[in-house]
Amino acid sequence: MLSIKNLKVSINDKQILKGLNLEVKAGEVHAIMGPNGSGKSTLANVIVGRDGYKIDSGEIIYEGKDLTGIEPEIRAREGIFLAFQYPVEIPGVNNVYLLKAAMNAKRKHRGEAELDAFEFLDLVKEKMKVVNMNEDLLNRAVNEGFSGGEKKRNEIFQMALLEPKLAILDETDSGLDIDALKIVASGVNGLRREDRAIIIVTHYQRLLDYIIPDYVHVLSDGKIIKSGGKELALELEEKGYDWVREEADAA
Amino acid sequence: MSSPQDNILAENFHAAFSAHQDANAVGDLKSLSWLSAHRQSAFDQFQKEGFPTRHHENWKYTDVSRITKTGFITANPTHNAIQTDELDKLKFNTENCHELVFINGQFSAEHSDIGSLDDQVVIGSLRDALKNTPELIEKRFNQFAKKNHSRENHVFAALNTAFFHDGAFIYVPDNVVIEEPIVIYYISSHNEVMLTTAPRNLIIMGKNAQASVIESFHGLKGVVSFTNTITEIETEDGAVLEHYKVQQENTDSFHIGGTHLKLHRNSRVESHSISLGGAIVRNDIVTDLAGEGAEIILNGLYMGNGRQHVDNHTLVNHSKPHTRSDEYYRGVLDGRARGVFNGKVIVHKDAQKTDASQSNANLLLSDHAEIDTKPELEIYADDVKCSHGATVGQLDKNMLFYLRSRGLDADTAKSLLTFAFADEVIRRIKFAPIREQLEFNVGGRLPGSDLIKANLSSARQN
Ligand SMILES: Nc1ncnc2c1ncn2[C@@H]1O[C@H](COP(=O)(O)OP(=O)(O)OP(=O)(O)O)[C@@H](O)[C@H]1O
Ligand SMILES: [Mg+2]
Repeated sequence: MLSIKNLKVSINDKQILKGLNLEVKAGEVHAIMGPNGSGKSTLANVIVGRDGYKIDSGEIIYEGKDLTGIEPEIRAREGIFLAFQYPVEIPGVNNVYLLKAAMNAKRKHRGEAELDAFEFLDLVKEKMKVVNMNEDLLNRAVNEGFSGGEKKRNEIFQMALLEPKLAILDETDSGLDIDALKIVASGVNGLRREDRAIIIVTHYQRLLDYIIPDYVHVLSDGKIIKSGGKELALELEEKGYDWVREEADAA
Repeated sequence: MSSPQDNILAENFHAAFSAHQDANAVGDLKSLSWLSAHRQSAFDQFQKEGFPTRHHENWKYTDVSRITKTGFITANPTHNAIQTDELDKLKFNTENCHELVFINGQFSAEHSDIGSLDDQVVIGSLRDALKNTPELIEKRFNQFAKKNHSRENHVFAALNTAFFHDGAFIYVPDNVVIEEPIVIYYISSHNEVMLTTAPRNLIIMGKNAQASVIESFHGLKGVVSFTNTITEIETEDGAVLEHYKVQQENTDSFHIGGTHLKLHRNSRVESHSISLGGAIVRNDIVTDLAGEGAEIILNGLYMGNGRQHVDNHTLVNHSKPHTRSDEYYRGVLDGRARGVFNGKVIVHKDAQKTDASQSNANLLLSDHAEIDTKPELEIYADDVKCSHGATVGQLDKNMLFYLRSRGLDADTAKSLLTFAFADEVIRRIKFAPIREQLEFNVGGRLPGSDLIKANLSSARQN
């Protein structure tokens, strides 16, 4: 589904990703862990097409097509979704409206009919239950005045509604209380399917107790320096990153 | 006035003024010597000062030479034709209201629907009122002109006084509450030549009286006009007025407008000024908080695109203690449009415990759009609470990206954020038919507007 080869990316002439490789197949869940500033959010942003990043070399292939030069909205309509580490507040833009516009943009792109108001609201109600979201949040401006946890929950709610093929969660677990963490996890698990893939960026093993990953990768200084199964997360939790770095340097 | 062209202009005006005075003298207003005196002294002022140039501090950013070259062909009573269906298209979706219609400055009894009124209330044409109840008007008329003409009384106001033909007159006696809004439409419909119209309006609110008045300016498709309008408002103790001025003329038209308010004790005015149309637009709102406890809310939105030039000047005089002013203006400028905002607050010596706040925020949507914003505060009292601030910015990149990452195309995302910015002003409008029409029209100016309109209707359902 997603194939990243030797990706080098810089911001303002500073190279952040330094030859990154990642293969994600449909049906898989990948966790990416790594020290602060190692390039995890940069990777997520580059996949969804945020501008300001320069791709120096390498490629990002999604469903057989190179994403380079594709507008972010087209990527979204093709099924890529990023739950942001820091969701932005957008005063004056109604949450429901955004969802409806997003939903219909995707449907139109696929040649499907737009949902009518009732179908849409039914769907919204159904998905709200998944993340246990408060109805007032729905009718407020996007993220405006939401608490940290509410913002994260709203991201997962959007994800549940839009049903992406490739979902990327950038530290969705940070700032969540235990109950919210379980809700987020059940939202993500609800999305898990043969034809979908999920990438979870996290600092904590805790989330991975609820969402069991197929692979765990360590991203350090712009490269994936180690990959393993779910037990790697436990090991990292216990021992930190230094040993992985040393191992990588030695190799 | 020195150049040959100016001399010709001056002669034209002189001839026009004499003809105008004659027309009034043979008309029904001949007995009103006080009115003739106002007109004469205004005309003298105009003769003396001439049109402002950019050397005048008050016109520093707004060049009116294109307006002074228009020839000033004054509308007359024959210019009063309009098709009912064209008129209906412009109207707000109001069910019950008192409606006045002026076609090229001429009152149209045929198209107006004043409805039933309580005893003593007057809603109608100023010209009629000058014939029927001149005693209600004489004391209140042209009061602002007495304050020696600085910015408060610029030469366009004098021209209006000298040349006005008609306008609205609203008189709400003490303790009367007018429930239904009073809507005044000013429509330019003449497209053979560019007509100048000078609507002159007077609104008098008695003690504890209440009303809402909407002034709405339009041009029919393809009609180019110059509107030079003045509204005087006086609110007696405890009166409450909501005043709206909505300017949606064609983008080739010129509009210069002055609103002069005098608020007595504990009276309260909410002023909403929305300026969307016009090639060169200048709005002045001059307020005198002349009684203790008086309060004014100034809410404004200006939007320009192409080569539109829109200039808003407001002046609030806090003359008495415990007065309050709260100003909130926003501008959205695209293309090569240019905006000017000048908001001045003067707290006079006696006006202790004044509470004045002012904010002006501007959104520039193109690299070629410009804004000059200047808040000014002059304080001569010591126990006051004043704040002001002005900002100029572009659309937020993070917000744009967030919307696009959810599948919205770039144009729609921009429109949505622009609309949200403008709607901060529009949503303060309490009167729903106007708020809704403006949201619709503002949304409709933006790319991807269909979606924004859908947003509005979905937001309303919720
Ligand atoms: N716009 C920018 N300009 C300059 N440097 C940037 C910019 N954005 C990111 N960086 C730098 O790129 C590096 C990687 O940042 P990134 O946000 O990808 O890290 P991260 O792995 O997500 O870290 P964290 O775990 O703290 O979220 C950091 O050193 C950061 O300072
Ligand atoms: Mg990060």
